[in-house]
Amino acid sequence: MKLPIYMDNHSTTSCDPRVVDAMLPFFTEKFGNSASRNHSFGWEAEEAVDQARRRIAKLIHADAKEIVFTSGATESDNLALKGVVEMYKEKGDHVITSSTEHRAVIDAAKSLEKKGVRVTYLPVDKTGMINPDDVRAAITDKTILISIMLASNEIGTIHPIQEIGKIAKEKGVLFHCDATQGVGKIPVNASEMGIDLMSFTSHKIYGPKGIGALYVRRKAPRVRLVPMIDGGGHERGMRSGTLPVPLIAGFGKAVELCEQEMPTESVRIQGLRDRLQAGITDALEAVYLNGHPTERLPGNLNLSFAYVEGEALLMGVKEIALSSGSACTSATLEPSYVLRALGVGSDLAHSSIRFGLGRFSTPEEVDYTIDRMIKAVNHLREMSPLYEMAKEGIDLKTVQWAAH
Amino acid sequence: MAYSDKVIDHYNNPRNIGSFKKEDEDVGTGIVGAPECGDVMKLQIKVEQDTIVDAKFKTFGCGSAIASSSLATEWLKGKTVEEAGEIKNTDIVQELNLPPVKIHCSVLAEDAIKAALNDYKKKADAETRTETTTASAGA
Repeated sequence: MKLPIYMDNHSTTSCDPRVVDAMLPFFTEKFGNSASRNHSFGWEAEEAVDQARRRIAKLIHADAKEIVFTSGATESDNLALKGVVEMYKEKGDHVITSSTEHRAVIDAAKSLEKKGVRVTYLPVDKTGMINPDDVRAAITDKTILISIMLASNEIGTIHPIQEIGKIAKEKGVLFHCDATQGVGKIPVNASEMGIDLMSFTSHKIYGPKGIGALYVRRKAPRVRLVPMIDGGGHERGMRSGTLPVPLIAGFGKAVELCEQEMPTESVRIQGLRDRLQAGITDALEAVYLNGHPTERLPGNLNLSFAYVEGEALLMGVKEIALSSGSACTSATLEPSYVLRALGVGSDLAHSSIRFGLGRFSTPEEVDYTIDRMIKAVNHLREMSPLYEMAKEGIDLKTVQWAAH
Repeated sequence: MAYSDKVIDHYNNPRNIGSFKKEDEDVGTGIVGAPECGDVMKLQIKVEQDTIVDAKFKTFGCGSAIASSSLATEWLKGKTVEEAGEIKNTDIVQELNLPPVKIHCSVLAEDAIKAALNDYKKKADAETRTETTTASAGA
């Protein structure tokens, strides 16, 4: 086993070597511009882009013409929200989203609010799940877009997308889904799920960084967007700019591998995740799961370790790459807004650790992580005044703290 | 964020972890911070004839908070109560090379020192008063 261990696969994944192999020719001998229509360099680049587009469309059960390449999911989210709102502003001025979306959606929505758009941020239950009835209740005759993520990047909770899609169809409202964490990991069917626009990206599924896609439905209904980037009219006019052919070839290969390996890979990864969860929770008291117990991404595990602070914990296991919802790990010094939206107390939000298992995770790495986590938590609890107080039977909630 | 070697050393080998009996008259206890804010420090001193003979801490917080309080206990030992009151958060920042985003950890450590000293002084004053009262009652 090699150190350090990478267990932060929600953040990004390592490029699969097979993906790199598929990309390499497009840097050198096949370097053409896919928009060059009158020579073979252009043709072979175009063929590579078309092939990738077909593979990507197939993974989400869509048509190749419905795939718009972008620089990544953040751009896709921005294009979906801003592009739809601008295009349909005559029809209405209300957008529905949730309080636990990725910052790319939340901040795009906030930017729209500054321009006079009304945004409803729906709450989630304590497992982090949206209630479809809340979506229905929030729709008004001015609602033009619903944007709900497929699965949470922090707690892995998978939302009832199909039910929300059904409601959107029934009410004639467009439905955007940020599926960044789900595509390639769990089955996604854009039509069955009633999705009209969907964001996802290559680097979360063992492809290169810098390339993503926005699925834009062409029929029933035909979705239109105002582009954010003007230029040569690439991507059906929705996203101009010369296509990064090597990245697209890699994205296509990554998708192909996910499609082939998903049935076995998701079972294997979930097995590792369950082993990690059991190994930690069997050995330590006062460890709480954040997120949904079953409706969760296979590789996700988000735990709060009461009485210890997340950043200190990360420091104790620094040869393992993990992430924390602790304030100290964020630029804003605020604990995770996702965990706060679940009703997790600030104290436990500060104590949260996200484990992200992936294709290259091994049982040895999981066992090593279990062992290191137990030691680090015990080390920190030994020096935690909160643990000491809890052991003395003091209810920490009744203590008058001098907040600072 | 990369930690300084000194912070890492205090984190791995914290000095003076533990607790004294809060009720003891020669012990001063300071508890500052709040769990919701992500850091709580408990710092205790044991005083003999106006000199701090021992100090202990327990901290819930990030590595810099742990290191700040661990360092504080080292510095407190051997100082008089008055000298201890002169320890400044900026001294801690300098010693541990804390980055700007972690300065609040050192502030919290200074607050903890002050709170422990105040607690001790309060006890000592009460003690003096009791003694005076007893003495005059006996006369």
